[in-house]
Amino acid sequence: MAVYNALLELADDHLVLGHRISEWCGHAPMLEEDLAMPNMALDLIGTSRTLYERAGQLEGKGQSEDDLAYLRGERDYRNCLLVERPNEDFAHTMLRQLYFAAFMHPYWVAAQQSSDEVVQGVAGKAQKEMAYHIRHAGEWVIRLGDGTEESAARMRDAVEALSIYVDELFDSSLAAQEAEAAGVLPSRADMRAEWDKTIAQVFDEALLAFPEVPFAQSGGREGLHDEGLGHMLAEMQSVYRAHPGARW
Amino acid sequence: MVNTTPLWEVFIRPRNGLAHKHVGSLHAADEVMALQAARDVYTRRGEGNSVWVVPSAAVTASDPDQAGENFEPTGEKIYRHPTFYEIPEEVGNM
Repeated sequence: MAVYNALLELADDHLVLGHRISEWCGHAPMLEEDLAMPNMALDLIGTSRTLYERAGQLEGKGQSEDDLAYLRGERDYRNCLLVERPNEDFAHTMLRQLYFAAFMHPYWVAAQQSSDEVVQGVAGKAQKEMAYHIRHAGEWVIRLGDGTEESAARMRDAVEALSIYVDELFDSSLAAQEAEAAGVLPSRADMRAEWDKTIAQVFDEALLAFPEVPFAQSGGREGLHDEGLGHMLAEMQSVYRAHPGARW
Repeated sequence: MVNTTPLWEVFIRPRNGLAHKHVGSLHAADEVMALQAARDVYTRRGEGNSVWVVPSAAVTASDPDQAGENFEPTGEKIYRHPTFYEIPEEVGNM
């Protein structure tokens, strides 16, 4: 059950962020980004699907990926708070993406040693996707941070707004700790050094500084979310809830 | 928009051993962003394993008004086409 819950946390992170980025589809400032962002969204949603399916198998109660994604309410979602933050502007969106990918890349590299074959398989694919997300989001952060007066101000606002959600990435819930002890998932805390290095490299070029965070926010792993997640899930789940069991 | 994100021409090599082929164009702020945009816009269905981007401004194009003098004189030189001898089957595709 611990591994099931730990995989759900990971899957929820990917689905929620994937859905958030997909909200840009049709609204991006230029066609090129209107394709780049759904590409990233599909990477994340694809990973979440495999993780949900695996979690459902391990639970053994016959829950499908759709059941897990579309029939759980906001308090049952176990994603970290960073990924549910609203898109706001491009500065927020790209920084959120960079923060998450800078964590997930070393995580998936380490997860290639997982004792679970499905996790191993996901890790091999996802680490390449995360490497690209770091590059793409990182280049935007650099250009916005070292861009015009307005873009730099927006980038600094995004750093101020999102950095309080970073520490939660490295906290392992009790379920995650059990999964880590069993060798199914890597230890989240181990990713900090690599994360700091990636962010420092980008921020150096972007002329940004990572702020002191006296009061980091957490609670996502216990199902304590910002009200925005409820609105997002309501939209994301509406079709499936109106047509339970619907298939493509 | 055009000033901050000029036009780039995109070339993709479908697989090793083949030449890069022009596939389209896009707008991007600089060469790094252009390469990423090319990857995101033109390689979504496994179209290739190598991408080039070139500033459209670097392309010198022939004048459509000179198409007649440029290209029509070759029309009657059919002896330049290698169609007057048979290629043994063992040679395969030329």
